[in-house]
Parts: sequence; structure tokens; C-alpha cells
Amino acid sequence: MLDGLQHLGRLTLCFFERLGRGNLFLMQTLAQVPGTLLRPGLVLVQTYSVGVLTLLIILVSGLFVGMVLGLQGYNTLVDFGAEESLGVVVALSLVRELGPVVAALLFAGRAGSALTAEIGLMKATEQLAGMEMMAVDPLRRVIAPRFVAGFVSLPLLAAIFSAVGIYGGHFVGVGLLGVDDGAFWSQMQASVDLRGDIYNGVIKSIVFGFVAVWIALFEGYDAVPTAEGVSRATTRTVVHTALAVLGLDFVLTALMFGDQGL
Amino acid sequence: MKTRTVELTVGVFVALGMAALFMLAMQVSNLGNFTGSGDSYMISAAFENIGGLKVRSPVTVSGVRVGRVDAIDYDMKSYAAVVSMRVDSAYDRLPRDTSASIFTSGLLGEQYIALEPGGSQDNLVDGDRIQLTQSALVLEQVIGQFLYNLASGEPEEP
Repeated sequence: MLDGLQHLGRLTLCFFERLGRGNLFLMQTLAQVPGTLLRPGLVLVQTYSVGVLTLLIILVSGLFVGMVLGLQGYNTLVDFGAEESLGVVVALSLVRELGPVVAALLFAGRAGSALTAEIGLMKATEQLAGMEMMAVDPLRRVIAPRFVAGFVSLPLLAAIFSAVGIYGGHFVGVGLLGVDDGAFWSQMQASVDLRGDIYNGVIKSIVFGFVAVWIALFEGYDAVPTAEGVSRATTRTVVHTALAVLGLDFVLTALMFGDQGL
Repeated sequence: MKTRTVELTVGVFVALGMAALFMLAMQVSNLGNFTGSGDSYMISAAFENIGGLKVRSPVTVSGVRVGRVDAIDYDMKSYAAVVSMRVDSAYDRLPRDTSASIFTSGLLGEQYIALEPGGSQDNLVDGDRIQLTQSALVLEQVIGQFLYNLASGEPEEP
């Protein structure tokens, strides 16, 4: 009984300690970001590995998600004789929800896990300690460029995901199922609002990018420096990012679209 | 060469992202359609009931979209809803006795304002108020009236 309580207490304390470490880590990283911007070369290389290498999976997934939306939406809408609204359905679901969320989940799986593994291995092989010995701040040299790269990449990836998805839906709806081309675009344009829908989608993806890259870097930086520790950290990155993104998505949606009816 | 490839692909990636954002803004949203800023003028109209009319709903003449609803307020003096409409300056020759009605596109579609030009020589200018208005058709009222007529008509039949 007492052992159980002690265990619970230890878990709680560990949780808050980790949370505090995570916040300190974020603050220290953010403090290094302006310095990093003076060395765009480092950010550029990281943008390549974080953003460009994720591009393919984003393009392919976006296309298929859009095509499935087109197919499912058409089958539902055609019962009501409203298949012209397919453009609205595809565009709104992609821009508001699926674009930011699915892009963030794919980003966590493709880039976030790689970031964690890379930094965790750097720690396990004491490269980070070595940098400190040479008076090079690893936060500045290693972490901050990756942070900036991830933060910049995800909104772009989410926008690409949405755009490709809409063309995927257009291909299925207009190309294969025979929805009218003009109605597809014009109904979409009539219903999708720049400020209400697109800006909010971009804001969502910016928040998700921030959270995803923060979790990935912190898990790597905080990993137990063994092979097992790095593997656990990588797993945690994907799981925690997915949970954080989905939870935040609900909160952001409630804040942004909750009072749309007014 | 390696650096060049990296820089090139990052450049392509960022350009692609920007293009996607631009495409979303111009092609998908209603920005490219009708910006409503600059060359436009405001007219208003008072309605007894606006039904489901919303800000940004279309304003049409003969079915052609000429503007959009800019604001909806309630006037406590006349107990009527005042709808401000922003109309494109290209359509600045609407007669002063133009009438405004709220219609629904299709059976369940969104509601919009239809303007019907009158025969006056003078034209509406910025800030004018349309005098002739017709409120939105509220489905419950129509059904209620129909049922009322049905009920009151029944005893006469036999």
C-alpha cells in the first residue's frame, strides 16, 4: 500500500521534473534562436533533412487523402443531389483539419523521430559533451538550427498537403466522377474564407510545428544515453507528438471555429 | 556541388510551400473572387426579418453577384435589422428606387440579397438606404400559415 503510494508520488514528481526540464530547454533554445539566424547555413542544411526529405511522403499522402475525401464525399453527397458541394467538403476538411493535423503526424513520424534519434545518439556518443569541452554551445550549434528548421518547415508542408489534397479531390471528383468543374471551384471559393479558414489552418500548423519540433528535440536531448534509452526516446517522441497534436487540435478548433455561428 | 544541391532543393521546397499557400489563398478561398476593398460603395437596407443572412453573403442583381453583405445590425429605433452591403463600383448605376429582397438559393442553400432595379432617374450613391425591402421567407412561418389555411379551409368542404 505504502509502496504503491510512494511509486505514485515518484511518478508525479518525475513528470513535473520532466515538464520543468522541457520548459527550461525550450527557453534556452529560444534564447539561442536569434544567434542561429545569423548563420543561415546551419538552418539550411537542417531544413533539407527535416523539410525537403519529408516532402515526398507529404505529397503522396496529401494526394491520396484528397482522393479518398473526393470519393467518400461524392458517395455521400450524391444521395442528396448535392455533389457540386464536393469542392467545399474537400477544401474545408483539408484546410481546417486534415492538412495541419495529418502533416504534423507524418512530420512527427518522418522528421521528429529522426531528430530525436540523431540528438540522442549524439548524446550517447558524448558528442554534445565534446562540443561543450570545446566551448561550443550544443544548444546553439545543434539544437537551435533544427528548431528553426522544423518550425519553418511544418507550415509549408501542411500548406503543400492541403493544396495537393485539393487537387487530388478535384482529380477524383471532376476527372473520374463527373462533378462539374466550375461548380467545384466556385462553391469552394464561396464557402472557404481566407481569414476564417485558411489563416486559422496556417496558425494551427505553426503551433503544431512548434510543439512537434520541441518534443522531438527535448526527447533527444533528455534521452538516457544508451541504445535502449535512445530507442525509448524515439518512441516517446512519436507518441507524445501525436497526442499533443490531437489534443491541441481540439483546443484550437474550439477556440477558432467554436463561435462561427455568431 | 553538395551544398548547391542542398540549397537548391531547400529553395524548391520553400517555393513550393509558398506556392501552395498562395494557391490556397487565391484559388480556394474567396479572396481572388471579390476582394471588396477599394473600388466599392456602401448601401444599406432595413429588413423586418433577415432569416439566415450572414456577413459576407452575396448581393446579386438578376443573379449576378455584385457585392456582399458587410455588416448586420439591429436598429432599436425602428425595430428592424439593418444590413449594410458593399457593392462593387462597376455597378454604380442602380436606380434610387431599387428594391432589395432576401432569397434562398435552392431549397436549402445559403441566403442572399437580390436587388431589383426600379425606374428612377437618380442612382444610389454611397451611404444611401434602400426603401423597398422584402424580408426573408422563414420556412416555419410559411408552413404555419399553410397549416392554418388548411385548418380553416376544411369545414367549408363538405
